[in-house]
Amino acid sequence: MPKLKVDGVEVEVPAGTTILQAAEVAGAEIPRFCYHERLSIAGNCRMCLVEVEKSPTPVSSCAMPVGEGMVVHTQSANAKKARAGVMEFLLIHHPLDCPICDQGGECDLQDQAMAFGFDRGRYREAKRAVSEKHMGPLVKTIMTRCIHCTRCIRFATEVAGVPELGAVNRGEHMEITSYLERAITSELSGNVIDLCPVGALTSGPYAFTARPWELRKTESIDVMDAVGSNIRIDARGNEVMRVLPRLNEDINEEWISDKTRFACDGLRRQRLDRPYVRRNGKLEPATWQEAFNAIAARVERTSGGKIAAIAGDQADAEAMIALKDLLAALGSSHIDCRQDGAKLDPRARGSYLFNTTIAGIEQADACLIIGADVRHEAPIINARLRKRWLRGGFAVGVIGPRLDLTYKFDWLGEGTRTLEDLATGRHPFAETLKNAKKPMLILGQGALRRADGARVLGLARRIAENGGLVREDWNGFNVLHTAAGRVGGLDLGFVPGPGGKDVADILDAAGKGEIEIVYLLAADEIDTKKLGKAFVIYQGHHGDRGAHRADVVLPGAAYTEKSAT
Amino acid sequence: MSAQAEPVTFAFTPEYRARADKIIARYPKGRQQSALLPLLDLAQRQAGWIPRAAIEHIAEILEIAPMRVEEVVSFYTMFHGKAVGKHVVWLCTTTPCWLCGSDDIVARCKQVLGIELGETTPDGMFTLLETECLGACVNAPMVQIDDDYFEDLTPDSVQAVLEAYKRGETPKPGSQSGRHTSEPAGGATTLKSRSATR
Repeated sequence: MPKLKVDGVEVEVPAGTTILQAAEVAGAEIPRFCYHERLSIAGNCRMCLVEVEKSPTPVSSCAMPVGEGMVVHTQSANAKKARAGVMEFLLIHHPLDCPICDQGGECDLQDQAMAFGFDRGRYREAKRAVSEKHMGPLVKTIMTRCIHCTRCIRFATEVAGVPELGAVNRGEHMEITSYLERAITSELSGNVIDLCPVGALTSGPYAFTARPWELRKTESIDVMDAVGSNIRIDARGNEVMRVLPRLNEDINEEWISDKTRFACDGLRRQRLDRPYVRRNGKLEPATWQEAFNAIAARVERTSGGKIAAIAGDQADAEAMIALKDLLAALGSSHIDCRQDGAKLDPRARGSYLFNTTIAGIEQADACLIIGADVRHEAPIINARLRKRWLRGGFAVGVIGPRLDLTYKFDWLGEGTRTLEDLATGRHPFAETLKNAKKPMLILGQGALRRADGARVLGLARRIAENGGLVREDWNGFNVLHTAAGRVGGLDLGFVPGPGGKDVADILDAAGKGEIEIVYLLAADEIDTKKLGKAFVIYQGHHGDRGAHRADVVLPGAAYTEKSAT
Repeated sequence: MSAQAEPVTFAFTPEYRARADKIIARYPKGRQQSALLPLLDLAQRQAGWIPRAAIEHIAEILEIAPMRVEEVVSFYTMFHGKAVGKHVVWLCTTTPCWLCGSDDIVARCKQVLGIELGETTPDGMFTLLETECLGACVNAPMVQIDDDYFEDLTPDSVQAVLEAYKRGETPKPGSQSGRHTSEPAGGATTLKSRSATR
């Protein structure tokens, strides 16, 4: 391990570490634009120049590996002058339109120009302007502001796996664009907004709506998919303005999916803001008391066995347990949180968890994906699979639809026959799993939702057992959920009790009139036409399908507005 | 300007494809993208320029993203991303050529072809382009037409070259003043006698 001195502090770092990383260990701050620890090294912005003794020129610290006995100065006159010079060059063609730029207030260029730049520029000639580019409705571009750090290109190519961004022309004429100015086809495209150190790529929907210093920042967890990405919700007053990722190495690293990022605009639309009661076939605004009275009147003359409850995909654990207790008190065991009818077994916790953990994917060396569109169901997990795949030595097999997952895989087939072959070891991929040190499988909801979902689950279990996926030191059996509240619901036992009906049976019974009251806890992903003449209580935050069918609507808080689990 | 429309499809002719395969085979497996530059050159020789369809065809052959090909095409000035004439005339106007009178050469070319720099003649025969130094300063001023250098030019001699191309001839490349390669313009000044030494 080479030893070196950074600003007089001696540090010892593993060979291959860059000067910039060593400086961080030594506690010295080096400005940078193009360098990003999760992307490959480009070394093209030159902002990280430092002085290294015995080197005739300043060295770009992000691209230079440390050497034994190096003496690095990050604060010497030469280093400062070099960086100030680079900053002056970067600002030559930067429009300095900060007052009308959405990045203003959280801009690396602004901050670093303040900290490391001159107080004025000497450039008096014409600035260049870059024609507008188009990258789709989510990522807004003002390419004149671009400093060509190429972070977005590297992100799209490496992390997102969609090599659609690139730099055309060269030198002063270099421009970042997507191929033929098509919209980026990634579910992670919004992350380039965070990566862009200047205001060239900003959020389209958020454009000109708020300034960062006006926003109240609340740390939270996303519910748009079952990944549980760590997010920060930025609100002004009572309005959610945007959602940003929060660092969590075990889950989302520092990325979030576009759905997570951009779904917050829906929080302003079609909200249930007061109770409603259906009178003469029409939902009319009511007071809470009127709503409760209407429910009580109906519940009083209905026996417990004719009441059922369905929990939605985003229902929180607190609400589910309260509803479960309520139904138990009323004498009903007809509760279910599996709206889509997935044949998940609530008795064995290991059979419905993502046991490997997301970070654990990086240790796996073979993966079987069964009936899951990982790329769209959980883009963050797909990015982790791709990250593992890029490192090499990762065999991926897919049973189910043949999709573009951004990495190469063996398509093994479609349907349960392939699954059977794998379970009995007839399929060659079974050998791959067996030979792998840490094999894993991902079972998607698409496979479990089928009529023979239980059989699929059983076969997957056999594959796991035969392939050595589940051992004391390694659990490679994973169920990929699409609903954020599903595991919580299963953990709490929000499933039919003894003699209870599941979602399909509840709907059937409601259609036949055997179930008279259905309590929908933000459950919209069911066929509401099947509810028949049942009295429907809908509790939720959006006027979606469930609320339209309801007889009483109780407004609730969305995920950004309450504390829940 | 005869703006040639983007062809919908492009594919190497069997002959060009054979050459492309030969080039690709030079690189180790998994490193086919190294053949990008020569393949683009082939495409330009076949089509005269590199249309969008050719970018996508080559990207497919080399299994890389079209954007990666597009980057390379736009980076190098010798690749034409837009349609050009049958003959591309590169006029060098960098300092040595300029000092030796490239302004006059440019003026005469414009006059003879009736177009400005960056334009293509209406008959699609010539495209006039300006270029930085092509490294033939000893024989300045010079122009490059297609793959050939024409050196030691005067306005008259460059006109003669262009006229020859117009007639469909292939003029002799190299110095147009009669000197041999880049030997001294006024004849040899040293090593005149065979028996100087030994």
